[in-house]
Amino acid sequence: MSMERTIAPVSALDRRLIAVGGALLAICVMLPAFGSALIVDKLTILMVYIVMAVMWNLLAGYAGLVSVGHQAFIGLSGYFTLRLVETGMSPFLAIALGTVSVAIVAVPLSWFVLRLKAAEFAVAMWVIAETIRSIVMLDPLIQGETGRSLVALNAIDPELRRTVIYLGAVGAAAVAMTLSYLLLQGRYGAESQAIRDDEEAAGSVGISTPRVKRLIFVISAAGCALAGGLWLASAITYQPRTAFGINWSVFMLFMVLVGGFGSYLGPVLGAVLFFALQEIFGDFGVWYLAGVGLIAILFALYAPRGLMGIVITQLKVEPLSARKILVPMRD
Amino acid sequence: MFDAILQAIVQGVLLGGYYAIVAAGLSLMVGVVRFINLAHGDIAVLGALSTISMVQILGLPVLWAVVLVLPIMGVLGWVMHAALFERSMKGGFLLPILVTIGLGAALQNGMFGVWGSNTRSLGADIGNLAWASWFLPGGIIVGKLPVLIFVVAVAAIGGLHLMLKFTRLGRAIRATASDSEAAELCGVDARKAHRAATSIAVMLAALAGVFLAMRSQVTPYSGPAQLIFAFEAVVIGGIGSLWGTLIGGIILGLSQTLGGLVSAQASLLTGHFVFLAVLIWRLAREWSDSHGGWVASFRTALGKSLRGKPAFKDDAPVSRMQKAGEQP
Repeated sequence: MSMERTIAPVSALDRRLIAVGGALLAICVMLPAFGSALIVDKLTILMVYIVMAVMWNLLAGYAGLVSVGHQAFIGLSGYFTLRLVETGMSPFLAIALGTVSVAIVAVPLSWFVLRLKAAEFAVAMWVIAETIRSIVMLDPLIQGETGRSLVALNAIDPELRRTVIYLGAVGAAAVAMTLSYLLLQGRYGAESQAIRDDEEAAGSVGISTPRVKRLIFVISAAGCALAGGLWLASAITYQPRTAFGINWSVFMLFMVLVGGFGSYLGPVLGAVLFFALQEIFGDFGVWYLAGVGLIAILFALYAPRGLMGIVITQLKVEPLSARKILVPMRD
Repeated sequence: MFDAILQAIVQGVLLGGYYAIVAAGLSLMVGVVRFINLAHGDIAVLGALSTISMVQILGLPVLWAVVLVLPIMGVLGWVMHAALFERSMKGGFLLPILVTIGLGAALQNGMFGVWGSNTRSLGADIGNLAWASWFLPGGIIVGKLPVLIFVVAVAAIGGLHLMLKFTRLGRAIRATASDSEAAELCGVDARKAHRAATSIAVMLAALAGVFLAMRSQVTPYSGPAQLIFAFEAVVIGGIGSLWGTLIGGIILGLSQTLGGLVSAQASLLTGHFVFLAVLIWRLAREWSDSHGGWVASFRTALGKSLRGKPAFKDDAPVSRMQKAGEQP
């Protein structure tokens, strides 16, 4: 005799976590009122990292598409922002429009790259990032290696500028997390995970694999573009080699891998940890970066589920999981 | 103008020799181990910087330094495979990418820590080889070093080909490549074959790095560009084909030098474009093959967009058969 089963409702733990998230968001929004300028600046960077990690995890952890070329979108959005500002547009509007433009570029790109498999997709994305960088460097505005600064921002009062960029970053992180939560809880979450686990089988049960992959690819591109625009706004200077640097991919990979690949809270945890490590060991320069690479290797080999994996083993459930858990139906 | 084009063609073909050496190692690993090592370029740079140090600090002659460095790199490749790659391959296709990109970051920054940011070159240590040239009729200048690199590339790929074909290890590697389980059943140690292949690939990368240091200069961050060139050459030449890497390398070299005629900045860009064009063409051909040829697939795609719903996959062949059936 088969028991009637139903999908488990949102657990008490998850509800509590969502409430904590809301409270944290409220604190973050109010922070500029009492926090020092330094703290606001630092937290802006943390928020940018969170957006990047969440977006990269959406693509790699849920859809199984490991890209080492997402710096293409970070660099391109910075370039679009600079170009739009050049026409006299407000820098903040330019960042928003730049993000939309990158998403538009990502659509035809997805049609091509998503047909590639695994490592081929990864490296092809990298080549695309390099190609876009070479094209951007041809623009006289960027002056090749020299780059350019977002000087228009200097016209804005520093206090106001800092607060607006910070709130933009907090908003971006909140939107990235909410959107990916809703997306993963819904149909796309189940579909993308099915594709990650076995693309052929997913297709055979009627999932339109290209459609799901394309949607997630474009969202992750847009998210990285927004993060890139905000990063440019806080860093002011734009150099093609930095903006399109492979380091972005290494950072995203590190945050996601250490935090917890394919878990919802993992990348956030990873971003916080990465941010803390950078604050503590950042002065060691290249040795710190080499350490980041080594830790990534160790996690990939010995703890591929990251810190979140340890938490999940302890709790026996994944907080805010995108998995559907079946429980006996109560009547 | 004609002279310049001819000159660019000669340079491009010879440059292809260099790309073939970096690509051969990558191709061997893709073909045999089914593993793309994203740190391949950084390993090439490691080989180059170690050789430069042996020459400039220990005072060894360049040839001796190379003879010493290559076996060390070979051992390193073996160890790397045993310690990192093997374990990562058990975890599906995601982990190798993550592990090797992490390895690349560790190598790049570690090398920066050890060797600093200076650009280094072996150009000053190889006597007049760096600039000696042959002058051919028609004003064509052929550098002796590029010719040497090209000859070594052909010899290396030829040697690899013979090794794979005729030696015991080569047979083991080929058997593992086509079916590692079946090979194991026949008494081949697949693990050993994989380690050996990685070891050879790392040595080839190091050799390429040394040549890069001879013909131009290297920094600790030169690796990613070399990986990208190698990957482009492998894809252009056909994945898993050894001689294909030479052809792919030559096509890449040609597109770069011919693009360089337009402007120096366009040189790398044309290389990337040729690579992307080959990739798109290959994908389109695959797609058309699975849809009954170019004409049929075009009709399917057109019908799809006109009708606004997915067309039946075997549309074209069926309708053709029906037509044949209608004619009495």
